[in-house]
Amino acid sequence: MNRKLLLILPLVAFVALTGFFLRGLWLNPREVPSPLIGKAAPGFERPVLHALERSFTPQELRGQVWLLNVWASWCAPCREEHPLFNSLAKAKVVPIVGLNYKDNPDAARKWLVALGDPFLLTVIDADGRVGLDYGVYGVPETFVIDKSGVIRLKHIGPLTQEKLDKTVLPLVRQLQQGG
Amino acid sequence: MRALLVLCLVFLACAAAAYAQVPASPAELERRETAIAAELRCLVCQNQSIAESNADLARDLRQQIREQLKAGKSDAEIRDFMTARYGDFVLYRPPLKAGTVLLWFGPFALLGLGALIAARIVRTRRSSVALSDADRARAAELLGRGREDGA
Amino acid sequence: MIPELGHLALILALLAAAVLGTLPLVGAGFGDRAPIVEWVRLARPAAQVQFLFVAVSWICLVLAFAGDDFSVVNVASNSNSQLPMVYKITAAWGSHEGSMLLWILMLALWTAAVSVFSRHLPAEMLARVLGVMGLVSIGFILFTLLTSNPFERLLPAAADGRDLNPLLQDPGMVIHPPMLYMGYVGFSVAFAFAVAALIGGRMDAAWSRWSRPWTTVAWCFLTIGIALGSWWAYYELGWGGWWFWDPVENASFMPWIVGTALIHSMVIGASLLLFAWRAPKVGLGATFTAASRESALLANNVLLVVAAASVLLGTLYPLFLDALGLGKISVGPPYFDAVFVPLMAPLAFLMGIGPLARWKSTSLPDVWTLLRWALGVSLAVGLLLPLAFGAWYGKAPWSPMSALGLWLAVWIACSTVIQMRQQLRHARGGLVERVLAQPRSWWGMLLAHLGVAAFIAGVTLVKTYETELDVKLDLGQSVTVSGYQYRFDGVREIKGPNYTAQRADISVSRGTTQLPTLHPEKRVYNVQSMPMTEAAIDTGPFGDRYVSLGEPVGGTAWTLRIYKKPFVTWIWGGCALMALGGVLAVLDRRYRTQAVRDARAALQSAKA
Repeated sequence: MNRKLLLILPLVAFVALTGFFLRGLWLNPREVPSPLIGKAAPGFERPVLHALERSFTPQELRGQVWLLNVWASWCAPCREEHPLFNSLAKAKVVPIVGLNYKDNPDAARKWLVALGDPFLLTVIDADGRVGLDYGVYGVPETFVIDKSGVIRLKHIGPLTQEKLDKTVLPLVRQLQQGG
Repeated sequence: MRALLVLCLVFLACAAAAYAQVPASPAELERRETAIAAELRCLVCQNQSIAESNADLARDLRQQIREQLKAGKSDAEIRDFMTARYGDFVLYRPPLKAGTVLLWFGPFALLGLGALIAARIVRTRRSSVALSDADRARAAELLGRGREDGA
Repeated sequence: MIPELGHLALILALLAAAVLGTLPLVGAGFGDRAPIVEWVRLARPAAQVQFLFVAVSWICLVLAFAGDDFSVVNVASNSNSQLPMVYKITAAWGSHEGSMLLWILMLALWTAAVSVFSRHLPAEMLARVLGVMGLVSIGFILFTLLTSNPFERLLPAAADGRDLNPLLQDPGMVIHPPMLYMGYVGFSVAFAFAVAALIGGRMDAAWSRWSRPWTTVAWCFLTIGIALGSWWAYYELGWGGWWFWDPVENASFMPWIVGTALIHSMVIGASLLLFAWRAPKVGLGATFTAASRESALLANNVLLVVAAASVLLGTLYPLFLDALGLGKISVGPPYFDAVFVPLMAPLAFLMGIGPLARWKSTSLPDVWTLLRWALGVSLAVGLLLPLAFGAWYGKAPWSPMSALGLWLAVWIACSTVIQMRQQLRHARGGLVERVLAQPRSWWGMLLAHLGVAAFIAGVTLVKTYETELDVKLDLGQSVTVSGYQYRFDGVREIKGPNYTAQRADISVSRGTTQLPTLHPEKRVYNVQSMPMTEAAIDTGPFGDRYVSLGEPVGGTAWTLRIYKKPFVTWIWGGCALMALGGVLAVLDRRYRTQAVRDARAALQSAKA
């Protein structure tokens, strides 16, 4: 009996391993989940792109659900997702704040003129410190922040219509109703 | 034998001395910076540490480490800073948590198991080496005869 | 036309593999069933036909690359008209699809080799061995044809290709994958022998002797392949690292560790698990005491297998956690070093004792008498040398890791010398006669173990005493690293066959002695526009001086990374010695004469 059990063991181990490998085929090894989900959005104070004498802090948007979109004029995938934000802004579903990450302000302004400006306002993160605090490791990234200033979602990479419809918008609506 | 014991003791004494505290100096801070950076994973070039990587993010994070070291933060505090923002994924040395107990103790548990199996094998083999009494008597008889015949 | 021919040849190879993997296995019979002689005889020709078809397929792929056929997806994605010819050919294995075909080529080669070099094997045994390899081939060829076809067409054809990844445009790329695959795939021969013996119900000393040379050759190739990969990473990637414990490296290292254990258990004439379980039935009369060479080998294998299992655990753990939704972690060098070194240190110590222990039972006091001075010398060296090195390299005055590594390395080396003296002492004749009288496999063991000692020394010394400096230098500025002066003499632009480069002149000197000038480069390849660092290395038996060009920082200044890597070449030198030891072992005459004797005995018993 004991012998038979030991003989089956390698087969069981092999099947288990295969199961893990199969599951792994559908996982994205590069994606880094954020430890900030469910935690307060890190505070900061940075100048506004179109009004440099003014600065913005996330506190200002307490009581509202809002999106924070990290972008830069040198970022190619940011162009891909930008039309989505343009339509989102037009539909006035949720305010979107842009975080201009490690960019040249002039280039940034030109980029918005050329591609459209869906942002409530854009904040300049010249040295990337704000991005660092938010765990940004590649642009673009988008955060959903709720009324109490807690991060509820982090999307890495360009936003897609599918992700917007299936995940982001339902979450936003849920949070907006939550009160 | 005694000489060997002395050698071993000298060995251990030197090892203890090596762990004596070294005062913080620019060289020491740089050493610590490299040591910490070598154990943090670059999230852009994910198969490099931030010590090796030339990515912008890696440079920013190295700068962050440098500043924190100058501000007197400990190695653990700096690592916590990183994991608060990027999660455990950024640590090349997996932290010891409930989920990684199997990882850290697994190899030594396997070693224990291997040692047990090896011991069992040796024990079963060893018992066959010892001659039974009947065999011993027979051997004595044969050897005795051999001495008469051959001598 | 040629790609289609290659595709067709691969399909035909699959058919040959299908024949090889079924008929001979059925023909060889199970249990009491009588063998079907015609099917058994199919094995050899089927194996050779399979190789023929795979070779044709391979040649077609290489021709597509050599001929710049950009109507083939694989060529368009991995090659370019400006690519030097040698890299056009190596680009054939520069992609997933191409390397799958290379794997299949190696597999077919090994299968054909077994079919040619096994005249002495009983027909049923050979049929089973080749049959199992045929089954493996079916798997690989089917996978390639269904998911990774290298002959897929791109229509309309691309005007030019996307170029081979610049990191791969290097001599290392030419030799490393073929060597590695020869090793990897070669172990499937050992697997086939094992399975064949299990099916046939005869796992005995003869079987072990037959499979031993195949296993050793595969192990040699894998040793060389891994060493080349490490050396290549060192000089190509630009930051002086030579082992990262990343999943790809671990995937090649684990078979190597297990293969090493297998070779050591074949010394006893049995396979790993077999030795543990069925040896009494195998009839080797395998009785031994706790203090014996058998026990030492058993401990050796336990440590090796546990090490391999630990590497597997560390490599797969992130996947386990992620798949179970338990978060994402990284398991990197700190983990593997922490786990691997404590497992290998006792093994290294055992290496000094095991070969001096006698079979069945050994007297520990006798072994102690032989090893006394070795222990003394190695401990003394381990104690004193780190002091010297610490002072010389300006590092910590005494490093415990350095002491441990040096002690073990010298311990193994001394023990090897003692083994040599012991063995030669009891032989007759002059020195040359005595040396030649020893079996080659014994010299192989000595050489391989010395290789391990050199490897341990190299790893210990480079890890403890390497220095690295990140520095910004302007024209004419100098910096001193580890006693050497490096002067930045500017950067020139040069044009390569398919790249433009910024080439720096770094003049190196030690005191008044002028040393070879180093020329690190920053290359931008024309097609992929990817900047690449080409480090400049001045190599020597006692260490490397390694300079890597960074970025221009305004004006004429550049950032540089300067490394001193003491004894780093001993790492790969040690591996080369290990492989050489393996080659010697395979060339042992006893295999061939014994094999003939086995064949005759097999024939006799068959007639009886």
